[in-house]
Amino acid sequence: MASLEQRTAAASKADERVKQVSFVTHMMRRPELGAVAGLVLVIVFFFLTADRTMFSLSGLMTIMAPASQLGILAIAAALLMIGGEFDLSIGSMVAFAGLIFGVILTNFGQPLSVAIVMTMLFAAFMGAINGQIVIHTRLPSFIVTLAFLFILRGLTLVGLKWATGGSTQLRGIGDRVKDSPLLGFFSGDALKGAFVWLADHDLIDKFPNGMPKVTGIPVSVLWFAAIALAATWVLLRTRTGNWIFAAGGDPNAARNSGVPVHRVKTGLFALTACAAALVAIITVLDAGSTDARRGFQKEFEAIIAAVIGGCLLTGGYGSAIGAFFGAIIFGSVSIGLTYTKFDSDWFQVFLGSMLLLAVLFNNFIRRKVTGER
Amino acid sequence: MSDVHKQTPIIEVTDIIKHYGSVIALNGVSMQVSAGEVLCLLGDNGAGKSTLIKTLSGVVRPSGGEFLVEGKPVNFRSPRDALDAGIATVYQDLAMIPLMSITRNFFMGREPRRGLFPFRHIDLTHCNDVTREEMHKIGIDIRDPNQAVGTLSGGERQCVAIARAVYFGAKILILDEPTSALGVAQTSMVLKYIHQVRQNGLGVIFITHNVRHAYAVADRFTILNRGQTLGTFAKADIEMDALQNLMAGGKELQQLSEELGGTI
Repeated sequence: MASLEQRTAAASKADERVKQVSFVTHMMRRPELGAVAGLVLVIVFFFLTADRTMFSLSGLMTIMAPASQLGILAIAAALLMIGGEFDLSIGSMVAFAGLIFGVILTNFGQPLSVAIVMTMLFAAFMGAINGQIVIHTRLPSFIVTLAFLFILRGLTLVGLKWATGGSTQLRGIGDRVKDSPLLGFFSGDALKGAFVWLADHDLIDKFPNGMPKVTGIPVSVLWFAAIALAATWVLLRTRTGNWIFAAGGDPNAARNSGVPVHRVKTGLFALTACAAALVAIITVLDAGSTDARRGFQKEFEAIIAAVIGGCLLTGGYGSAIGAFFGAIIFGSVSIGLTYTKFDSDWFQVFLGSMLLLAVLFNNFIRRKVTGER
Repeated sequence: MSDVHKQTPIIEVTDIIKHYGSVIALNGVSMQVSAGEVLCLLGDNGAGKSTLIKTLSGVVRPSGGEFLVEGKPVNFRSPRDALDAGIATVYQDLAMIPLMSITRNFFMGREPRRGLFPFRHIDLTHCNDVTREEMHKIGIDIRDPNQAVGTLSGGERQCVAIARAVYFGAKILILDEPTSALGVAQTSMVLKYIHQVRQNGLGVIFITHNVRHAYAVADRFTILNRGQTLGTFAKADIEMDALQNLMAGGKELQQLSEELGGTI
């Protein structure tokens, strides 16, 4: 078959040409490059200045627990940003989903499974409403979700007072769920057996009685890693991922090519709200109660982590694994400063500078990628 | 011209009318395109070219008139319907997403997938191979199909958009001013490719207001003026100057060109 020969000839010729793309160019094309470089910088900084306990296993877990909760939000925020939209209501959604979750468990006395499913459905519904308003009014999502930032925070306060008879904290959730078989998936540490085994074989630090000092990996960290992997795969390898990039890159061109832009965006808003609900479920179960300040300012932190991770504010470019690293940078700095002699209030200064650097760097990279001048 | 009329035209519109409220955008436009021919739609700004394309590509629905595709009446409700009927439109600037790779742009909206449900994914190796091969066919040498479309020149982008439409089985290509933003070398690249597409048996509707570009590739010219068809001419029956004058809808240009001592 002549055509087959031609094709293999073309393929081998093509292979030669692919090799001409240098490793550096290839790396420069990855949106998460900045976040990886930033993380290396942060690690070097703390390695030079911080107490060694920061780099122990327990130090690592102390950093990863808050980083993972933020990271779950940041990855969803990154997908939404790549899709060309913002959601400033994520933080308030955490509080509101926490309220819904708590009320279903305590006031309505439903089992944990029902509460989780209902909370997720409700969050998805609220997210879809956000998306529909943005799509049909053609207003910037910045404004629409800013409105929801206040609406949801306010509703949480009102709802908490209604549910508790005047308090802004809903207690007693821990007692309601302590026998549920699902609890282990959303609360506490995982892989306890493995850590005991590691301690038995002297591979990790242990107490004199032989129990490991770190009893396991917080489940939120496992969720975080799983979501980062899944989101990266979806973005880079699936049709949905291609549609997310297209919807954010140029909605008109995407629509002309047959991409259902509205459906993609609505789905992303729903997904972001569900990520907020997951964080709400995890943190409420860990605390055993929920309050009105839950998730406060998390929307900004999530967007910052996504930007540090390489997302462009204009959409159409970014990565989920970048947001993963962005959230770890965030956690490292916020917790890490307590291991150093620096005043930990330097955190915000550091954060702002990091954001500014990331944006400048992203713009530079974007121009490189597209050959813009 | 005579052998063109023996076969059923792929697209045939008769007395198409389109009103936007009180504005009459098209007031009885008729035209037809057959396989293997390039029809050039000429007209000044406001002549109704854009509205006609939008009608043909399913973006707007005509208020009246007859629209046949391969002899059968059609009623497109969305661009998707037109695409399914084999009518692909390449818009001047709304075709490609600069930040996405050539491959991802090429397959946007029609990604081939493999694998079973939760793990169904795009066959990227296959996509890259196809993209590289299709680009090679039209003489664009891309080193890496994963490079962003933004790194391509304007002419190359138009060619990628056309190649995409051809690859996905278009019978008719509608090209909306594909050369208007391009330099000379890039224009000739696009025109050469249009010629190649015609030889492969596709029909092409080429919209432009540059008579020179039109005359270079078109077999026939349909001239629009104020929402109406002014006439359709075979290339053999009309000179470039006459075409220019018809398109401007008057003698002003001829007078002007005499005054300026050259051609416009």
